[in-house]
Amino acid sequence: MTIKTFAASVAAATLLASPTLAEIDLSGKTVEWVIPFSETGGSAKWANFFAPLLSEELPGNPTVVVKFMPGAGSTKGANWFQEQEYDEGTLIFGTSGSTQFPFLLDDPRVRYEYSDWVPVMASGTGGVAYLNPKDGEKFDGSANNLKDVDFIYGSQGATRLDLVPLLAWEMLGMNVEPVFGIKGRGDGRLMFERGEATIDYQTSSAYLGASAELVAQGKAVPMMTWGALDDAGNIVRDPTFPDIPTFKEVCEATDGCETSGEAWDAWKAFFVAGFPVQKIAFLPNGTPDDVAKTYSDAFDAVRNRPDFPEIASKRVGKYEVFVGANAKAATEAGTTVSPEAKAFVKNWLQDSYGVSLK
Amino acid sequence: MEMFATALPALGQAWALILQPEVLGYLVLGVVMGLAVGVFPGLGGIAGLSLLLPFMFGMDPVLGLALMVGMVAVVPTSDTFASVLMGIPGSSASQATVLDGFPLAKKGQAARALSAAFTSSLFGGLVGAAFLTIFIIVARPLVLAFGLPEMLMISILGLSMVAVLAGRVALKGLAAAGLGMLIGTIGEADAGGSLRMASYDIPYLTDGLKLVIVGLGIFAVPEIISLLRQDRSIAKDAKLGAGWGEGVKDWVANKWLSVRCSLIGVVIGVIPGLGGSVVDWIAYGHAVQTTKDKSQFGKGEIRGVIGPESSNNAKEGGGLVPTLLFGIPGSGSMAIFIGAIALLGSGDIEVGPSMLRDNLDITYSIVWLLALANVVGTLLCIAASGGIAKLTTIRFTYLAPFLFMLISFAAFQSGQNFEDILALFAIGLIGIFLRRFDWSRPAFLIGFVLSNPVEKFSNQAFQIASFRFRSSFEEGMSYIFSPIVIVLLIVTVVSVVLGLRQAKSIMAEGDVKSGSKRAPMVFLLIIMAYVVAALINANMIPDYNMTDKIVPLVIGGITLAALLILLVQMILRPENDAVFADKELAGEDADAPFGLWSTLAWFLGLIVATYFIGFILALLGFLVSFLRVRAQAGWPKTLILTAAGIALMCVMAGALNRDFPPGLLQHAVDLPWPLK
Repeated sequence: MTIKTFAASVAAATLLASPTLAEIDLSGKTVEWVIPFSETGGSAKWANFFAPLLSEELPGNPTVVVKFMPGAGSTKGANWFQEQEYDEGTLIFGTSGSTQFPFLLDDPRVRYEYSDWVPVMASGTGGVAYLNPKDGEKFDGSANNLKDVDFIYGSQGATRLDLVPLLAWEMLGMNVEPVFGIKGRGDGRLMFERGEATIDYQTSSAYLGASAELVAQGKAVPMMTWGALDDAGNIVRDPTFPDIPTFKEVCEATDGCETSGEAWDAWKAFFVAGFPVQKIAFLPNGTPDDVAKTYSDAFDAVRNRPDFPEIASKRVGKYEVFVGANAKAATEAGTTVSPEAKAFVKNWLQDSYGVSLK
Repeated sequence: MEMFATALPALGQAWALILQPEVLGYLVLGVVMGLAVGVFPGLGGIAGLSLLLPFMFGMDPVLGLALMVGMVAVVPTSDTFASVLMGIPGSSASQATVLDGFPLAKKGQAARALSAAFTSSLFGGLVGAAFLTIFIIVARPLVLAFGLPEMLMISILGLSMVAVLAGRVALKGLAAAGLGMLIGTIGEADAGGSLRMASYDIPYLTDGLKLVIVGLGIFAVPEIISLLRQDRSIAKDAKLGAGWGEGVKDWVANKWLSVRCSLIGVVIGVIPGLGGSVVDWIAYGHAVQTTKDKSQFGKGEIRGVIGPESSNNAKEGGGLVPTLLFGIPGSGSMAIFIGAIALLGSGDIEVGPSMLRDNLDITYSIVWLLALANVVGTLLCIAASGGIAKLTTIRFTYLAPFLFMLISFAAFQSGQNFEDILALFAIGLIGIFLRRFDWSRPAFLIGFVLSNPVEKFSNQAFQIASFRFRSSFEEGMSYIFSPIVIVLLIVTVVSVVLGLRQAKSIMAEGDVKSGSKRAPMVFLLIIMAYVVAALINANMIPDYNMTDKIVPLVIGGITLAALLILLVQMILRPENDAVFADKELAGEDADAPFGLWSTLAWFLGLIVATYFIGFILALLGFLVSFLRVRAQAGWPKTLILTAAGIALMCVMAGALNRDFPPGLLQHAVDLPWPLK
């Protein structure tokens, strides 16, 4: 439902997009781009990549600086941003899947409301799951031969982005035991390389940077991607990995795994929130439309740079960058899940991992 | 072998890349910026690198690397200034340096300690680079041999250094370490997300306490307060003894210690996931164990400076291995480093497994830029050390307000919460009393630092081991007792046994007199109350989250047992027993002209004022009133010093693009920076 609206607005927005001159002038000002994470994470990389490009495209070429406000898995920064009001348009806030998931799961610490904020840019990523070579041999495009294998997976926590792979593997009937408490997916990959973990997943850029090398050396076998969304909101093959089947295909081929019903809907809802619409740049509550337009035009100009596909693919992965109305639609798709999907995931977290968010 | 065949030409290319005037110029620029940032405690490489990031986009890769490496390389060197001169651990890399470096400064031998430290740093950096040149191409399988049980054992080896540093009463050292570990578990558990001694109503606590704050609170606050009470200069009688040449000679006399500690540093630095937090303690422990006359440790033994300083720079080189080979940052600054490399040039350099294959020349450039930056940085530091050491001859009352200013600012930078400063004060109080009653502060800090690794690795190793045991007994046993684990186990046991025997002669706090029962006993009971509360709190975590409760329960249990035995000893033993050590009875603190609480009130005043009117305004009031009232300075001096202090803060925060702690006033009214 949300995905359909998303797709419809994407189409509408593409028609409506027309270049107009910006009215505000930011020359001599400093734009602060606040990231609710530490200097070391993926969101920092994302903001640091866009900041200088954005500075070139904003009227008056203001300095764009990235500031970090880590705490409580980004909830602290998001709560802070909720209290900010529009003030001459020099504040941007960047969220990620880790900000969206607690929001979607009604984490008690969440005091922010996505619909109050003004999205100006959204971008996504994909993910690839892979197996150790021994069990990889048994993989035939379905998980039928993997159901009696016990897997170990180094996980950052069931309520984080890891929810998507963990739920997918469970839906396939696989027995994957997560070892919780690792600090980043890089640590998970290292655990896999040491043979302590036997299954792993990485986001696209990390997969390309390191795991693909393992595959080339025969030390890992790719299993599936989470897929990508087409304009109609359907899951299709990830354009970065056209040769690897999607979870949807593997699920269809596997006995007992359904691509409809509440489990599937819940998985898809959280997949959309965690991957294709993973990182969003917001202006604060009360931002006038012309300022929001200035920013989204600037981001539009960034993504239309002739060298953008090349520089982006190396630094943040080649995925769609949504601006303006598309960003708004993407944000809605990424920050809304149906009550059923929410209830399903909460129950599953409680039953499988004893996690209750209250 | 074919690896070596490609390595040699790559090494040649790397040198050709580095040895260009432009590259060297950028390197020196990076070094100078790194020194400027590094001398301020608590800021370190992360702040400096973030500052450079905006310029990295599209920059020529070698120039960008020279700039960044120059900056990263000298931070563990330059933070030695704060450790030695002020007793402030500038970063986790220089904690152990404080133990002997600061006492040397107090003896008027600051220049000697500094130059010995810098020479060791330089040497450590060079050994690290030389080692890496060969090691980096064969490192991969070796790094992968360090699984969770191995990392757990290294953490335990680090923890075993508590035995050496436990002080005269071993049980007190054990309890201090246990208390440090318990305080390290505060917040949301990594594994299951349960809260320990925290509540969602106080969001600050859910993230746990930061190392910067605990390091500053445990070491810096008690020393600043104590010196301020005595109203003297850091160097007793304001005289400078040995100069910098002395320190270089000390290093030459102890060069083999320096070699060994450098190797310890580079090897432990190579292991991802441990970071540098244990390295300097293991090196310090090693320095103690290999010294014949141990009586000077903690009172100003130069070997206690040379050991950790040799290791902490070598560790930076070692840390490059997981960073470059696996794309896994060994520290916060390395994480930014990785991100920045992706911005360089056309983004061709991909940190990770392909680095060695595609960019071996760049890899070698990084390794040797690091070494070169060390040389440049060390020479600058040694040249400066004689002059900077004069700071120790200034009457401390003139330094103290600026130190309060710096540590508050540093604490605030760690999380940008007002609570950061409050936590600094609270931990500072613990530090003051640990010092007063001669409970080992290093043991407390080691416990705190290693709390998280021990908990994480033991939980994860246990989970995977039980999985292996399910498939077969042999598989489980071979997982837990790998050859590396067995070797580390033996080293640990030997070091504990030796350590306990030696601990009695190492009095980090000097010879503290005993005399009265009441105060030491009250302190013991307070600690016990906290431990009991932590135990009850951990026990309330539901059983399905066993991973979150087991470590606090075990550590708390051991600590409580140690405390109970101490309590019995206190009841049975006479008042002059070592267990009742109390600095307020005799010695410098007891003879100090100013009381503890009236001195502490100044610091508290700064914090309270910050809460109401924000940091800069509070600082203004604090500096003026402190200099006028406490230091009895005239108006001109007061105003000049105040203006200088505030200008320093503003320049620093402005350059690094940081904010100051806001107060209630700032919430009510919009003020321009720096007042906001």
